[in-house]
Amino acid sequence: MNPTNYLVLSAILFSIGAAGVLVRRNAIVVFMCVELMLNASNLAFVTFARTNGTLDGQVVAFFVMVVAAAEVVVGLAIIVTIFRTRNSASVDEPNLLRL
Amino acid sequence: MAVITTALSIATEGAPNPGEVVAASGTFTLTALLIAIPLASAALLLLLGRRADRWGHLLGTLAAAASAVLGVVLLVAMMGQPEDARTIGQSLWTWIDVGSFTADVALQLDPLSISFVLLITIVGTLIHVYSIGYMAHDPDRRRFFAYLNLFIAAMLLLVLADNYLLLYVGWEGVGLASYLLIGFWYRKPSAATAAKKAFVVNRVGDVGLSLAIMIMFATMGTFTFSGVNEAIGSVDPDTTTWLGLALLLAACGKSAQFPLQSWLLDAMEGPTPVSALIHAATMVTAGVYLIVRSNAIFDLTETAQLAVVVVGTITLLMGAIIGTAKDDIKKGLAGSTMSQIGYMVLAAGLGPAGYVFAIFHLLTHGMFKAGLFLGAGSVMHGMNDDVNMRHYGALRAVMTITWATFGLGFLAIIGIPPFAGFWSKDEIIKVAFAVHPVAGVAALLGAGVTAFYMTRMMAMTFHGKARWEPDVHPHESPAVMTVPMMVLALGSVFGGLVLLFVGNIEEWLAPVVGFEKAEPGIPVPLLIGLTMAVVVVGAVIGWRQYAMREVPRMAPTQVSWATRAARADLYGDAVNEAVFMRPGQYLTRTLVWTDNKVIDGAVNGTAAGIGGLSARSRRWQSGYVRSYALSMLLGAVVIGAVLALVRFA
Amino acid sequence: MSTEQYLPLVALVALPILGGLLVSLLPKGNPTLPKQVALVISLLTLALGVVVGLAFDPSAADRFQLGASWDWIPAWGVSFALGVDGISLVLILMTAILVPVCILGGWADADATAGSPRGYFAWILVLEGLVLGVFAATDVFLFYVLFEAMLIPMYFLIGRYGGAQRQYAAVKFFLYSLAGGLLMLAALIGLWVVSGDQLGAGTFDYAALVGLDIPVETQKWLFLGFFIAFAIKAPLWPLHTWLPDAASEAPPSSSVLLVGVLDKVGTFGMLRLCLPLFPDASKYFTPVIIVLSIVGIVYGALLAIGQTDLKRLIAYTSISHFGFIALGIFAMTSQGQSGATLYMVNHGFSIAALFLIVGFMATRRGSRMVADFGGVQKVAPVLAGAFLVAGLSSLALPGLSSFVSEFLVLAGTFTRYPVAAVVATLGIVLAALYILLMYQRTMTGPVRPGVEGMPDLRGREVLAIAPVLAIILALGFFPQVALDIINPSVDQTMTAVGSTDPAPVVAEGK
Repeated sequence: MNPTNYLVLSAILFSIGAAGVLVRRNAIVVFMCVELMLNASNLAFVTFARTNGTLDGQVVAFFVMVVAAAEVVVGLAIIVTIFRTRNSASVDEPNLLRL
Repeated sequence: MAVITTALSIATEGAPNPGEVVAASGTFTLTALLIAIPLASAALLLLLGRRADRWGHLLGTLAAAASAVLGVVLLVAMMGQPEDARTIGQSLWTWIDVGSFTADVALQLDPLSISFVLLITIVGTLIHVYSIGYMAHDPDRRRFFAYLNLFIAAMLLLVLADNYLLLYVGWEGVGLASYLLIGFWYRKPSAATAAKKAFVVNRVGDVGLSLAIMIMFATMGTFTFSGVNEAIGSVDPDTTTWLGLALLLAACGKSAQFPLQSWLLDAMEGPTPVSALIHAATMVTAGVYLIVRSNAIFDLTETAQLAVVVVGTITLLMGAIIGTAKDDIKKGLAGSTMSQIGYMVLAAGLGPAGYVFAIFHLLTHGMFKAGLFLGAGSVMHGMNDDVNMRHYGALRAVMTITWATFGLGFLAIIGIPPFAGFWSKDEIIKVAFAVHPVAGVAALLGAGVTAFYMTRMMAMTFHGKARWEPDVHPHESPAVMTVPMMVLALGSVFGGLVLLFVGNIEEWLAPVVGFEKAEPGIPVPLLIGLTMAVVVVGAVIGWRQYAMREVPRMAPTQVSWATRAARADLYGDAVNEAVFMRPGQYLTRTLVWTDNKVIDGAVNGTAAGIGGLSARSRRWQSGYVRSYALSMLLGAVVIGAVLALVRFA
Repeated sequence: MSTEQYLPLVALVALPILGGLLVSLLPKGNPTLPKQVALVISLLTLALGVVVGLAFDPSAADRFQLGASWDWIPAWGVSFALGVDGISLVLILMTAILVPVCILGGWADADATAGSPRGYFAWILVLEGLVLGVFAATDVFLFYVLFEAMLIPMYFLIGRYGGAQRQYAAVKFFLYSLAGGLLMLAALIGLWVVSGDQLGAGTFDYAALVGLDIPVETQKWLFLGFFIAFAIKAPLWPLHTWLPDAASEAPPSSSVLLVGVLDKVGTFGMLRLCLPLFPDASKYFTPVIIVLSIVGIVYGALLAIGQTDLKRLIAYTSISHFGFIALGIFAMTSQGQSGATLYMVNHGFSIAALFLIVGFMATRRGSRMVADFGGVQKVAPVLAGAFLVAGLSSLALPGLSSFVSEFLVLAGTFTRYPVAAVVATLGIVLAALYILLMYQRTMTGPVRPGVEGMPDLRGREVLAIAPVLAIILALGFFPQVALDIINPSVDQTMTAVGSTDPAPVVAEGK
C-alpha cells in the first residue's frame, strides 16, 4: 500500500475545507468545511497509524471524531439561534465579536 | 580708673579652670525646676484655653517670678561653693542613645549659666508684670503669657543644657517662642510675614549649629560641653576652624549678626514687651552665649576668631547706621540692639581677653535695653500705638516717669560714667584696641554713632515741640508698667557698678571662660578720654539737630544716598530678595513645571504610547470570522514553514 | 524558628482582615454601624499590638521573636511564617495606633462618595491586616504576596472614595506599584533559584536566605529588582510622581494610610531585605542611592514650596522626608539606620496629623487650595494650633519627635558622607519655609470670605488628633523608649551587611 496517495488525498481535502472556510459566507457551509478539514486530518492520522503499525493515530482519530461531534452540537445550536434572531446565517454579518 | 585696673589685675588667670563637674545635690537638685515651672505654666495656659483667660496672666507672672526666686536661691548656693566646685551637673534622663551617639537630658549650672538664668528670670519677670498692663485690653492676653512662659522655659533650657544637642532644643525653642510672639497679632499680614521671616532666617543659622554638632560627633564622638572641651585639643586645626565657623553661623542667625541680620528689624511687629524681652535682652544674645560657651573651640582657631571679630565689627557699625535713620522708635532701638550685640560678638571674638566683657556687656545691655524698650512701649501706650517719632515730641512733661527711666537707659547705652553701659562698653573698646586695633577704632566710632542716634531718639520723643496727631492724648502709663521700668532704670544706673565691683564679674566668670588681661597700645586714660569725646560729639550733634531745631512731621524725601541706604536697612532685604527669594521662586516654579511636564510627562507619555499602540493593533480585530480564520491559516502555514526549515535546512 | 507557635501575632494579622470581612457583611441602611464596628476592631487590634509589644524582649539574643510558622507550599519551600524584630515591632505599633486614628478622623470620609461606608471601612481594616502581615512576615514569599495584595484595598480606597481625579490617581498608583512588584517577583524567583543551588532545596525562609553567599554580579541584579520595587513604594526621586496624585485624590484618612503606613513598607523593605540579603550590592549602589536621596530631599522640599494644593503640598514634603529615611538607611551607620527607623514612625504620626487636619479644613471649606484659606486661626484656634504643632513636627522642631530621628539620620550620615549630610541639612531651611508659608497663607492674616463660619475642631476630631500630637511630643523627649527596641535589630542588620560605625577621628588618632 502506498501511503502517499492517501496523504495527498488528505491534503486535497484539507485544502478544499480551508478554502471553503475562507471564501464561503453561509455559516452552515463554513461549518461543513471545518468538518471536512477535521476529517482530512483524520484520514492523515489513520494513514500514519497504518504505516507506523501503531494504534496511536487511530486513537487520535477517534478523539477528533468525538470533538467534532461535540462541536457540531454546540456550533449548530449557535447557528440556529443566530438564524432565528437575525434571519441570516451569513458569517460576515455577526461581526459583534468586535466591540 | 585705678579702680578698674586693680579689678582687672585681681583676675589674671589664663585658661579656664572650671574644675570637675559636680553632681547636683541639696539645693542644686532644684535646677530642673527652673525650666519645669514656666513650662508647666505655659502648657496649662495653652491647654485650658479660654477657661484660663481670667487668671492666665497672673499664673504666667507667678511662674516667671518663681523661677526668678529659684534663680537667686541657686546663685546664693553657688556662691557658697569653692571656686573649683561651681560647675554643677544634673542628669535627668537618657534622651538619645544609639551606638556611640549619646545625648542626655542633663543640665549644667555654672557661673556663666547662672548669670544668664538671673538675667532671663528677673528681666523676664519684670516684663511679665509690665505686660499685665500693656496687654490688658488684648482679648488674647492669656495666650501671650503662655508664649512668654514658653519662651522663658526654652531660654533657660538653652543656657542650662550641658550638651550642644540639648542646647539646640532650647535654641529652636526660643526661635519658636519668638515666631509665635512676633506673629502674635497674626491678623496683620505684616506680623505673620515677619514671624515667618524670623524663623526661616534663624533656621539658616540653625544649619550651622546642626553642622557643628555633627562635626563634633564625627571627630570627637561627643557633644557635651565637658567632653568637647577635653577632646578639642587633639582635633586637627582645619576641623576646629570649620567647627568655629559653623558655630559662628548659628550665632549670626540667632543674634541677628551680619549677614543674617535682616529679620530683627521686622521682628518689631511683635508686641513691645516681646521686643524688650526676646529681641533685646535675652534671645538675641544667645549667639554670644554660644560663642563664649564654646571658648575652648574658638581659642584654638584664629581664623574663626577673626571671622567673629569681622562679623561683630560690621554689625556694630551697620546697626548703628541703621539706627540713625529710623523714625520708628522700635526699629531704631532694634538697630541699636543689633549694634550692641555686635559689640558683644566682637568682644567674644577677642579670645580670653574679651569673653568676660562680652558677657558683662550682655548683662548690662539686657537691663538698659529692656528698660528702653519698655519705655518705648509706654510711650506707644500713651500715643495710641503710634511708633513714628516724628509724631512725638515734648512728652517729658506728660510722661515724667517714662522720660526719667528712658533717660537713665539712654545715659547707660551711650556710655556715660557711672551708668551701666560705660563700664562694659569701655572695656570692650579697650580690649579691642589691644587685640585688633582696627576693630577698636570701629568700636570707638560706633560709640559716637550710638550717642548720636540715641540722642536723636531721646530728643525727638521727649523734647522739642509737640507734633502729636490731632486725637492723641498722651498720658503716663499705669504703675504696673512704670514699676518694672523703674526697676530696670535702677539696673541701668547701678548694674555696671554692681556687677564689676560687688559681683566681681571677671573672677566670677574666669573659671568657665578664662580671663586674660589685655593692655591696649595707647594709655588707658587717653582711650577713655577719647571715647568720652566721641560720645559727647555724637550726642551734641544729635541734640543740635533734633532738639534745638524743628523736626518735620513728614520724613524729608530729599536726602543723601547715605540716609536712603540707612532707611532701607543698608539694602539687606534687597540683597536677600535679589539673591535668594527671586531666584528661589523662579527655581520652585521651574521645578513644579518640570515635575508635571518632564518627570510625570515621561510617565504619562509611556502610558499614552502604550495606549496608542493598543488602539492601532485593535484595528486587526475586524470581527469577521473569516478574516480570523485566514490569519489562523497563515499562522499555521508560517509555523509549518518554520518547522520545515528547521528540520530540513 | 522556635517550635512554639506564638498565636497573638497571627491573631494581630488575622483580626483586621476578618474584621474587614465582618464589616463588609453588615446590613445596609445603617451608615454608622460599620464605623463603630470598624473602630472597635481596630482598637482590639491595637490592644493585641500592645500585647505583642509587651511580649517582645529587646535584649534577647534572637533577632526574630514571637514566631509562628506553618508549611504553606512545601514544594517551593514556602511557609506561612511570622515573627517580629525591633524594627518591625515599632512599625506594627505605629500602624495599629494610626488605624483607629484614621477611622475616627475619617468618620465622614465615605459619606459623600459613590461608595458605601461599609466598603470603605472594610477595606481600611483589610489594608491594616495586610500591612501588619508584611511587617511581620519572615518568609520572603509571604512578604511578596502581602506586598502585592496591599495594592488591592488601596486601589479601591482611592479609586472609589477619592476626589475628582480619583480614577486617574488610582490607576497610576496601581500601575506604578505593579511595575515594581513585577521586578520584585523576578528577583524573588532568582533568589529562590540561587538558594536552590546553594542549599540543595529552594527556600524563602528569611534567615536561611540571609546566610546565602551570592556572587556579587547576581547580587546586583537581584538587589535592583527588590530595590526598584521599594523605591517606587517609598517613593524615591524620580519614581515619585504617583504619590502627589494618589495622596491628594484619596480621602484624608486613606492618604494617611497610604503615605504614613503603606509607603513605609518600601523603606522597611530596603532595611529588611535589600541590605542583609545583598550586602555587597548594597554597598555597590550606595553612592547612587545617597545621591538620589539628597536630590529627593531638596527636590521634594522645593516642590512643596511651589504647591497651591494643600494635600499635594504635604505629599511633596513626604517625598523630602522619604529622602531622609533612605539616606539614613544607606548611610550604613547605626545612627543612620536607627534614625531612619524612628523617622518612619515619627513621619507616620506627623503626616497623619497633617493630612487629617487638612482633611477637616477641606471638608469645612469645600476646597483644598491654599488660596481659599486665610485667617483660620481667628475662627478655629484649636484647629490652627493643632495644625501648627503637626507642621512643626514636620519641619523637625527640636523637642518634637521628628527632630530626634532627623538629627540621628544627619549625624549618622555625616560620619561617613559629610558632603551629603551638609546638603541634606539645607533641607531643614526649606522645611521651615514650606511649613510656615503654608501656615501663614492659610491660618494668619485677615479672615477670608468663605472661612468666617468655619467651625473649630469637634469632639471626635479632637479625639483623633490629640493622641497623635501627644505621641509626637512624648517621643520628642523620650525617644529612647522606641530606640531601645530598634537598636538591637539595627545592630544585627549592620552585622549582616558587615558594616561598622566609623570611629571618631580623635579616637582613631590616639
